[in-house]
This record gives sequence, structure tokens and C-alpha cells, in this order.
Amino acid sequence: MSNQETYDDKVVRQFAVMTVVWGIVGMLVGVVIAAQMLFPVLNFDIPWLTFSRLRPLHTNAVIFAFGGSALMGTSYYVVQRTCHAGLFMPKLAAFTFWGWMLIIVAAAITLPLGITQGKEYAELEWPIDIAIAVVWISYAVVFFGTIVKRKVKHIYVANWFYGAFIITVAVLHIFNNLAIPVTWTKSYPIYSGAVDAMVQWWYGHNAVGFFLTAGFLGMMYYFVPKRAERPVYSYRLSIVHFWALISTYMWAGPHHLHYTSLPDWIQSVGMVFSLILLAPSWGGMINGMMTLSGAWHKLRTDPVLKMMIVALSFYGMSTFEGPMMAIKTVNALSHYTDWTIGHVHSGALGWVAMMTMGSLYVLIPRLYGKKDMYSIKLIDVHFWISTIGVVLYIASMWIAGVMQGLMWRAFNADGTLTYTFIESLSATYPYYAIRLLGGAMFLTGMCIMAYNVYKTIKGSQPVSIVVPDPA
Amino acid sequence: MDLVTFRSAVLVILFITFCVMVFWAWSPKRKQEFEEAANLAVEDDLPNTESEETQP
Repeated sequence: MSNQETYDDKVVRQFAVMTVVWGIVGMLVGVVIAAQMLFPVLNFDIPWLTFSRLRPLHTNAVIFAFGGSALMGTSYYVVQRTCHAGLFMPKLAAFTFWGWMLIIVAAAITLPLGITQGKEYAELEWPIDIAIAVVWISYAVVFFGTIVKRKVKHIYVANWFYGAFIITVAVLHIFNNLAIPVTWTKSYPIYSGAVDAMVQWWYGHNAVGFFLTAGFLGMMYYFVPKRAERPVYSYRLSIVHFWALISTYMWAGPHHLHYTSLPDWIQSVGMVFSLILLAPSWGGMINGMMTLSGAWHKLRTDPVLKMMIVALSFYGMSTFEGPMMAIKTVNALSHYTDWTIGHVHSGALGWVAMMTMGSLYVLIPRLYGKKDMYSIKLIDVHFWISTIGVVLYIASMWIAGVMQGLMWRAFNADGTLTYTFIESLSATYPYYAIRLLGGAMFLTGMCIMAYNVYKTIKGSQPVSIVVPDPA
Repeated sequence: MDLVTFRSAVLVILFITFCVMVFWAWSPKRKQEFEEAANLAVEDDLPNTESEETQP
């Protein structure tokens, strides 16, 4: 009995290719602003090119354009494969692709123009926010509709993570962006003062927890076993991992507001939940890494698996570092310094980007009917240049951050500050140079990937794959 | 109920919930089901295109 339904892979192909494109764009803007920190003249006195406007462009491009395309593309692929069903409402899925691209273009135009809500990672103004909500809810309809259509009894764990990511991001986005429009390009949030700050960081930290963690864990739970050709180390651990992670992340946001006007007990709640988060995070990391147990030899020959395991290592490192930085006394040193930037990039470059690249190296040949990527050697080059780039980036920012924190808190015997702010800034210059080098290396790796992807796709015929009956 | 009792109760309830979840996941009854589920990711979805093409 043959099932003649085919998988809807066109939208997956589109998202996969655009992930690479937006990766280069977003990281390029990152390198430009890293260079501006070192050479402020590089803004050429043009308002559109100032750090303050390009920085949100960088974060939006890498998180929502690069990360978002990767998540939407892979989730459409994974949900179909693990449900043995084509997409629910494929036309709506196509709409989510074009809608998402249009939103990214709108962001790339409005942010340099200085049109912003001024909320970190939620800068986009209200008309774009409404568009995001519409596209996101369409995405949820396609994803969950496909799960309803499934031919297998069980919902695979990757889909739980993707599902939690989709639902939570919808809730976070809508509630954090509730605002009263004044003009087409200006609105005011309905929250004020400390409440506004708390909602913003409830959103902000869960953007990390669900967009950049849960979603990418979904990717990890499918593509690591796929590449290793063995099931995940412990499926039961993955269930505990899922529930523990999603129920803890939701409360960790207040650690962004230590020693502010946020009530002290809320800061403590945020700190305690952040510390608890170490357990589920490491549970997931161990589960991913141990999937290779008994097959460690594959790491010698397969740069894609190497990339994934290094991604999991960075996930482990940054989810250890995060809880430590959430401790109030540590935060008193680290907050507002470049240590935070280092921490974010340990997660964003080391974990999110490396896991995305590894997964795309598995996904893209499959989407175009190829056995593997055009060049395995270039994947290895990509792996090393990215890994060294991340290490340079985060190590320089750690040193810079701790140094800044110590300089800012240094007092003379008479109670005056030992250093002026500008002294701490000029002491940071060498580290900004190292950071620029690390970031440029990471961008170079992404360009190597783009070439490899181009050569893999070129001349190939996209294949239509018939949905197989469940085993 | 005063605040301290409430907080303690929440802690105990959350702990019990966690234990139930762990027992549920590790119950031998579900071992096979989970093994099948884990295999969903590794089943090869690539078509044997050759055989498809030979169909009329």
C-alpha cells in the first residue's frame, strides 16, 4: 500500500538557502560594528551608519533572519519526516516564507532610519510587529496542523521543542509589543517604569530561552542522531529535559535587572531560577553528546559531527556561565561590561550558529538529491576557522569585561573613583581588535559555507520525496 | 495560609511533580514505545529514487 503524498520541501529549500544569505548579512553588520568600536570614524558621520542604529540591525538580522530562517526551515523538514506527513496547508507555509522575508527587509530599512521602539530585540515598530504576529500564527497553524496529520502515534521530541518555541515566541512577542500607536512609525508601550522593564526582560530572556535554545535543541534532537546514524542517547532523559527546561526558563528574566528599581525579591527569583537552569541545560547537552557514545571515531572523519559536538560544548559552557553571571554578586562585576557580550556570543556563535551550520550541512544535500556536500574538506576548514574565531571573540571579551568591571569599581582611599570611564575604554582597545579578528574569521567561515552550498546546489534537480509509510 | 506555608507547599508540589515525571519517563512499561520514538529521527527518509522511476 503506497502513499503517494510527497513532502513539501520547496519551502524548506527556500528557508535553508536564505539562512546562509542572512547569516552572511547579519554577521557582516556585526563585523562592521565591531570595527566601529575600534575605529569610530567608520560611521562616516552618516546617521544611518551609526553604531546605535546598526547594532539593532545586527541583532535582528542574526537572531530573527539567520536564526529564524534556520528554525522555520528545519522545523518544516523535521515535522514532516518525523510525522510521516506532508505539510498542513502548504500555501500557508509559502506565505510564512515570503512574509518572513518581507519583515526582514522592512527591519533592514526601518532600523537604520532610526525607527525603533527602543526595546532590546524588540526594536521593530508596531506595523511590523503586527506582520510578525500574523506570520508567526500562520507558522504555528502549519506546524501544529502537520502534527495533527501525523501517521505515527508518537510526537518525536524535536517537535516538542519546536512546538514550545513556536507557542512561547508568539506569547512573548504579542505581550511585549502591546503598545499604543501614535503615528505609523511611533508607538508607546502600554507598560511603564519597572513593569515595562520586567516585561521587556521576560521577553528578552525567553527570546534566548525559547528562540535561541528550545528551537535549536529541536534541531539538535533531530540532526545529531541523523548524522550520527544512531538514536539519541536517552529518549527518556529528553522528556525530562524538555519539561524541566521549559518550566524553568520562563522565570529567569529578572537577572537582566539586578540592582535596578525592580523589587529585590523578583531579582532573587530570577537569580534562583537561573541557577536551577544549569541542570536541565546540562541534561540536554549530555544527551546530545552521549548520542555519539560508541561512535566517537566518527569525530575523526566527519567535520559535520565535529561542528555539532563543538556546538553542544559551547552550549554547555554558556549555560554554565549564564547561571554564574546571574548570581547577584557576580553580576555586580559583570553587568554592563563586555563580559556580557562575550557570554552572548559564546551562545550565539558557539551554540546557535554552529548547530545551524552543522544541521544545514546535513539538510542541504538531502534537499537537492545529493549524497553529501560538494566539499567535505571545506566543511573542515569552516569548522576550524569558526571555532578559532569564536574562541578569540569570547576570550577577548571575558578579559575586557572583567577588566572593565574591576576598573569601574576601584576606589581611592578618599572615596573617589580610581579610573575615569574613558580610561577603561582605552584599556579595552586591544581586546576590541582581537574581537574584530575573531568575528571576521567567523564571517569568513560563513562565506566558505555559502560557496560550498552554491557548488552543492548548482545544476542539481530538487527531488520530490514520496512520504513513506511508517515503519 | 501564610506566605511561608504557601511557598513551602509550592516547593513540595513542584518536587513531587518532578518525581512523577521521572518515574513516568523511566517506567519499564514505556521503554519500548520510547525506543520506537527515538528511531523516528534515524529512519532514512531518502527515497530509493531508482525504484520510483521504474514505475509506469
